[in-house]
Amino acid sequence: MDWKRFSFIGVIIVVLFSLVVMVGQVKQPPLLIITSMLATTIAVATPLTLGALSGVFCERSGVVNIGIEGMMLSAAFFGWLGGIYMYNLYGFAPGVSIAVGVFVAILTGAIMALLLAVLSITFKVDQIIGGTVINILAVGLTGFLNRQLFFGKGSVFGGTVPASPGVLPTIHVPITELFTSICGTSATCLESVKAINRVFDQKPVAISAILLVFISHYILFNTRWGLRTRAVGEHPKAADTVGINVVKMRYANVLIGGMFAGLAGAYFTIESVPSFEPLLTNGRGFISLAAMIFGNWTPIGAWAAALVFGASQALLINMQIFRDVIPPQWSFLQESYIVGLTPYILTMFILTGIIGKTTPPAADGVPYEK
Amino acid sequence: MQSEKQSNSLIKRILQSISEAALIPFLAILTAVVIGGIIILLVGGDPIRAYTGLIQGSMGSRKAWSETAVWATPYIFAGLAVALAFKGGLFNIGAEGQLAVGAVFSALIGYALPEWLGFDLPVYIHLPLAIFTGMLTGGIWASIVGFLKAYTGGHEVINTIMMNYIALNTTSYLLNGVMKDKSPTNVIARTPLIAESARMPEIFEGLRVHWGFVLALFVALFIWWLLNKTTLGFEIRTVGLNPDAAKYAGINVKRTIVITMLFSGMLAGLAGSIEVTGLNYRHELGFSIGYGLDAIAIALLGKSHPLGVVLASFLFAAMRNGATRMQFLTQLPVDLISMLQALILLFVAADAIIRYIYRIKAKGERVVLTRGWGG
Repeated sequence: MDWKRFSFIGVIIVVLFSLVVMVGQVKQPPLLIITSMLATTIAVATPLTLGALSGVFCERSGVVNIGIEGMMLSAAFFGWLGGIYMYNLYGFAPGVSIAVGVFVAILTGAIMALLLAVLSITFKVDQIIGGTVINILAVGLTGFLNRQLFFGKGSVFGGTVPASPGVLPTIHVPITELFTSICGTSATCLESVKAINRVFDQKPVAISAILLVFISHYILFNTRWGLRTRAVGEHPKAADTVGINVVKMRYANVLIGGMFAGLAGAYFTIESVPSFEPLLTNGRGFISLAAMIFGNWTPIGAWAAALVFGASQALLINMQIFRDVIPPQWSFLQESYIVGLTPYILTMFILTGIIGKTTPPAADGVPYEK
Repeated sequence: MQSEKQSNSLIKRILQSISEAALIPFLAILTAVVIGGIIILLVGGDPIRAYTGLIQGSMGSRKAWSETAVWATPYIFAGLAVALAFKGGLFNIGAEGQLAVGAVFSALIGYALPEWLGFDLPVYIHLPLAIFTGMLTGGIWASIVGFLKAYTGGHEVINTIMMNYIALNTTSYLLNGVMKDKSPTNVIARTPLIAESARMPEIFEGLRVHWGFVLALFVALFIWWLLNKTTLGFEIRTVGLNPDAAKYAGINVKRTIVITMLFSGMLAGLAGSIEVTGLNYRHELGFSIGYGLDAIAIALLGKSHPLGVVLASFLFAAMRNGATRMQFLTQLPVDLISMLQALILLFVAADAIIRYIYRIKAKGERVVLTRGWGG
């Protein structure tokens, strides 16, 4: 990541935020708008961040993963399903069921990744076709099971979608409590601290996504494992000559990538809303890929790019909140279909490479032949 | 005597090459059907009844055949769109969006042109105009991606997907707004019905199969001719096989990429406009969803060959059409078909698995379908 790209990200985020502040300031104080935008941005950037990390691990080891979307979708479904089964059929407590759901989601991501690995590493199938197979399989599988298990003949749930155990709780960071004594009786001070506190009150998957960004960065660039992963992705032949098992490294990294995508899936149905609908990932797997490319295949860069997309989604959400105070000359901002285009157009714009060319790992997408 | 022998061996060769080309897809379908049957058993269904229902529903009567042809029509166009792009070394995941754009503009010309002009048009002007507009807009929509690929290196896989979402959002906007059917009973996001003069006549009285189906077959033939008998087709294929070699041979690679995407999008746009002018007489939101992925599966199953695409389209159409009957007989949801198709695609794309299962040796060189991010 160079300064050009980081400043582009900064400018876009500032523009998106100021837009919301300008529209919403008649209704709420700017600080409150900014912090709530920030909180939403971090939250909705979660699946994008995790998806991009998934891509980083796969592609750094030389496997193009275009199946992130499908991995997320199936993980979202099976994770949600796992929670429902535990809660309704086996009578576990909601907390336990939710935890099992997250575990199932990660496992699902890994299983789908295993399929990609078998296809692209063992059978040397064209990797983009392999990923597309995963995407189509995920749509078919989740669509079929979603209807069959709940509404099919002999369904254990008897034709209804049963109650879900709920969603992951928000983890409260006690900033407000810390500052209560400092603020004293000043109401504005307390209000501001409360507003800022909202940014830090995130849910577990969102928090782990941020932690994983830095952990991934450390692993990739400061450990032997990371060095080997990158070697396998840049020059597998050379890596092989010095005794690194190319196939094993690629399998392992694709599986890790799958787990990240699985956790991203958990965000949708276990952290965000406790329900599933067909095609709910809505292209976010592909936007993750764009974030990965824009981040030049680095975890921190990818995270920064994911935040831009998060901000453009937060813009859409906040514009709905301030719908009634949008000035008439900006009435197009009322149209969610138009504002909703932002992340997609941004993706295409970024991929043009105007903001600096990126270089994929040299052996990305190339099956290794001994 | 000599020539008879030659022609005999020629026929034999052709038959042999067809059976070789069809062997892997056939085994892939067979394997998918078997695994599909196991899944049906696992969820408590009866696979024999399910498959009987599929066959009855798709080929059991004159009406069933007609409906299969109706389903096959857009599949042929969209499948050809993806297949043509594959031949040019491009992966067009955006058939869905191109189809939607084509359908919207075709419908617009269909219902609004007489209003704008203030008089009715004869069918031989209005209908071709509606079809052509849909085709052209679909092509332009796709050529944007081709342009980005050729001149900036933006990868077509992500860009076509982004264009899908942009198309979906934009058509939602239009169909909920200015283009919405204004009749007082309508609550759906759809256009008004197109004028009589923009509708395709039916072939047989009382059956829904329309001339668009015949057109699809002709277009498949045309694409085969284009790819194999023209300079442009040669350029497209050469760029697809090896862009570097194409460049040294003096082919304008960038221009060819844009043209390939333009043609590919035109085919997908045709799929949309034929559905509007031949079948639905309007465009409704959500109609286009799913066609893009189906088209990819069809192109892969048909090995990107126009004849293969037509056959694969029939198979997919038969499955979609028979699904209703299957659901009626077994209460299995229609979505089962999507999963079956995904399995077929899995085995076709990963023919190495099929070769491994059935112990078939690989022959000839591998066909390069796509390349990594570098393009």
